[in-house]
Amino acid sequence: MLRAVSDALTFGARIALAFVCFFRVLFDGALAARVRAALEPRLEPALPPPPEPEEPPSADPALQLLAILQREGRLVDFLKQDVAGFPDADIGAAARVVHEGCRKVLASHVEIESLRSEDEGSKLTLETGFDRASVKLTGNVGGVAPYRGTLRHKGWRVTKLELPSVVAGHDARVIYPAEVEL
Amino acid sequence: MSERYVVGIDLGTTHTALAALPVDGGAAPEVLALPQLVAQGSVEARVLLPSFLYFAHESEAQLALPWDAARRFSVGEHARTRAAESPARVVSSAKSWLCHDGVDRRGPILPQGAPDDIEKISPVEASFRYLDHLGEAFSAKYGLPLGEQQVTLTVPASFDAAARDLTVEAAYAAGLENVTLLEEPQAALYAWIAGAGEGWRTHLGPGDVVLVVDVGGGTTDFSAIAAVERDGVLELHRIAVGDHILLGGDNMDLALAHVIAQKLAREGKELDRWQMVALTHTCRGAKERLLSDASASSAPIALAGRGSALLGNILKSELTREEVTRVLVDGFFPVVPASARPAARARVGLTQLGLPYAADPAVTKHLAAFLSRQVEAADKLAGMGARHGALLHPSAVLFNGGVVKGDALRTRLLEALAHWLEADGAPAPRVLPGADPDLAVARGAAYYGLVRRGQGLRIRGGTARAYYVGIESPAPAVPGLEPPISALCVAPFGMDEGSHAELPPHELGLVVGEPVRFRFFGSSVRRDDRAGTELERWAPGELEELSPLEIELPAEGRREGDVVPVELAAQITPVGTLLLEAVPREPREPNERWKIELGVRH
Repeated sequence: MLRAVSDALTFGARIALAFVCFFRVLFDGALAARVRAALEPRLEPALPPPPEPEEPPSADPALQLLAILQREGRLVDFLKQDVAGFPDADIGAAARVVHEGCRKVLASHVEIESLRSEDEGSKLTLETGFDRASVKLTGNVGGVAPYRGTLRHKGWRVTKLELPSVVAGHDARVIYPAEVEL
Repeated sequence: MSERYVVGIDLGTTHTALAALPVDGGAAPEVLALPQLVAQGSVEARVLLPSFLYFAHESEAQLALPWDAARRFSVGEHARTRAAESPARVVSSAKSWLCHDGVDRRGPILPQGAPDDIEKISPVEASFRYLDHLGEAFSAKYGLPLGEQQVTLTVPASFDAAARDLTVEAAYAAGLENVTLLEEPQAALYAWIAGAGEGWRTHLGPGDVVLVVDVGGGTTDFSAIAAVERDGVLELHRIAVGDHILLGGDNMDLALAHVIAQKLAREGKELDRWQMVALTHTCRGAKERLLSDASASSAPIALAGRGSALLGNILKSELTREEVTRVLVDGFFPVVPASARPAARARVGLTQLGLPYAADPAVTKHLAAFLSRQVEAADKLAGMGARHGALLHPSAVLFNGGVVKGDALRTRLLEALAHWLEADGAPAPRVLPGADPDLAVARGAAYYGLVRRGQGLRIRGGTARAYYVGIESPAPAVPGLEPPISALCVAPFGMDEGSHAELPPHELGLVVGEPVRFRFFGSSVRRDDRAGTELERWAPGELEELSPLEIELPAEGRREGDVVPVELAAQITPVGTLLLEAVPREPREPNERWKIELGVRH
C-alpha cells in the first residue's frame, strides 16, 4: 500500500515528463526545429546513406505521441477517468500500469537529459549571458548577472525524438481504435 | 552483381535480427534497425523483428507499409500484438515447426489449428516471409537489394539436414541467392571474437573447451568448441552439438504467469486469454527486476482490464523472490547430479500435431545429458590431455540468449557445472565476458561473412552429425517384430562445406516411376564411421531417426517398374546443406543422377 502511494508521486513526475515531449514540440518552434533535426535519418557509419529521406515526415507528432502513450501505457484512459471517487490503492495500481507503459515509450522514442547537473537544493551562480531559454528565474528577480540562487528544478531537455512514420491514408486522429470482440 | 556488405541474419524462433558490415571490413558488425509495422498505420525501425505473421481478415483495413499500400498481412511487432488479440490468425514459432519432422513442413499447416476460412501457409513459407520482410525493409532503408549482399543465415546447431535444407529453401524464395548457413552457438562465439578483437587470444589457449550455452526465447542449444594448437597456430574446432530442445525463456515467463494466475484464481479472479498474455509480459519485467536486484524481495504486478475505465478494473498481485527462485531457478535450473537425465518424451504418434516441446524443463539435466553423451568429443584432438571422468570438461562458458541475462540463472548453471566437474577432478570453468546476448548471433553471423572471405579465424568442425540410410535386411518375417534393419553411413561426421563422400559400391535397387522411401538416421556421437560403413547394431540413443528420404526415378528412358541399381553419393554444398543423390550403376547419359528428397513426412 505504502509503496503504491509513493510510486503515485513518482508517476506524477512522469506524467509531467511525458507531456514535456509533445507539448513542447507543439508550442516551442525552436525546439520543434531541433526535434526535426533529430528526426533526420541517423546512419550507421558502416552503411551508405539511405538514398532518400528514410521516412516521410510525420503528419502530426502530438497525435502520434498521444497514440503511443495510450497504446503502450493507457495514458488517455487514465486521464479521462475521474479519480476522485477511487481509493489511493486503486489509483496506485493504475499508476503502475500507466507508469510502466509510458516509461517504455519514453525509453524507446525520446531521449531526455537534465539541463543542470547540480543537485536540486544546491546553490549555483548564473553568469552573464546564461541561456535564458533553459533557465527560468523565480523569487526575488532583479539586479544584474551574475545571479546567485538555489536550484529548485534541474530542468529537462529533449535531445532526441524518434516517432514512427505514419503510413499514407492512416487517420492519425484515431489514437486508439474501438475494440469489438467477436 | 557486386556484394558490398556481409550480412548476418539471426532467424529466431521468437525474434529475428539483421547485422551488417562492409565487405572490406574495418568496422564492427552493426545490428540494423529496420522498419516494420508496429500498430495499424504506424511504421517504426527496430533492431528486433518479432517472428510473427498476421493475416488480416477481409473486414480489416490494409496493413499498409511504405512500400506496399495494399498489404493484407503483417510481419513483426504488429503481428505479435495481434497474437494476443486474435490468435487464430497469427503464425508463431515457425522455426520450431520447421524442424518438426512429424508434420509436412511444406504443407499449409500454420496458423496451427486455425479455422478453415483462414489462409494457411507452410513453416517454410513463414520463414520465407520473415526473410522477405527483412529484404524489403533493408532495400527500403538503404536502397540496396539484400539478395545481392553476402548473407549468412544462422540455424540452431541441432538442426538436422532436412531443417537446414528447408531454411535454405526459404532463403532462396526470398531472393537471398548468396547465402550460407552457420550454427547459432558458433555465431555467438564469432561475435565474442569480433568484440574482443585480437585480445581474444589472451582468454583462450590450446586445450580450452568452450561450452556455448544458448537459451533463447524458444529453444536451448548447447555446443562445445575446442581450441588446439597445430604447427604453432591456434585453431578452433566445434567438437559437439546438443539435441534440439524446445525450451526457452517463453516457457519461463509463462510458468511465472501461471503462478500469478493461480494466486488471482484463489481470490476468485479469472483471467481471459488477452490478460494472460499481458500477464506474461508483465511477469517478464518483474522477473528481470528480481533477477537483477538481489535486494528486492518482491515485484508488484498490476494488470489492466481491456475497457477504457482503468481505475477499479486493475488486478493486483505480486511476484515474490521465493516464487522466482522456486519456479525459475529451482524449476528450470535445479541442482542435479551429473548422472541426472531429462525425462523422456513419449514417442509422438502420427496423429499428434503439436510441437514436441521438451518434456523436462530442467535445463541443467539437458546439459548434464549433453556433457555425458559427448564425453569422447575431444578425444581425437591433439593436445587435449588424457580424458578422465564421466563428462566432457569445458574450461570456459559463453552464455548467449536473453534468458542468461539473469545473474541468478547464470550463477546456478555455473554452480552445477563446477560441482559436476569437481566430482570428475576437473577445475570449474571460467566465464567468457560476452555482450548483448540478444543480438550477438546476428553480429557473429555478419562477422563470419568476413571470415569466409579470409579475414579472421574460422571455426572448423564440418557437419555435426553422421547420416545413415536404413536398409532392410532380408529375413523371414516374424509376427510382432519389425524386420531387422541395418544403417548404411552415407555422410560421415565432420564433412566440410563443398566436400564429397563417394560411397564404396553398395548397391540399392530403385523401382522406376514409383516413389521409394528410405528410413534415415543421424548420429551426433559416432565420429569414426566412414561413408559406406554398414551398422548391424548400435547402442541405444546413438542413432536418432529422422524424417524419411524419398526418391522417385523418372520413367524417361527406362521402363516403368524396372529395378535400377544405384549407389548413393553425398556431398555438403557450399551453402552448408546435405545433398544426397542416387547415381545409377549403368547411366543412360553422362552424369546421370537424381536428387534425393530430405525431410519427407513420416
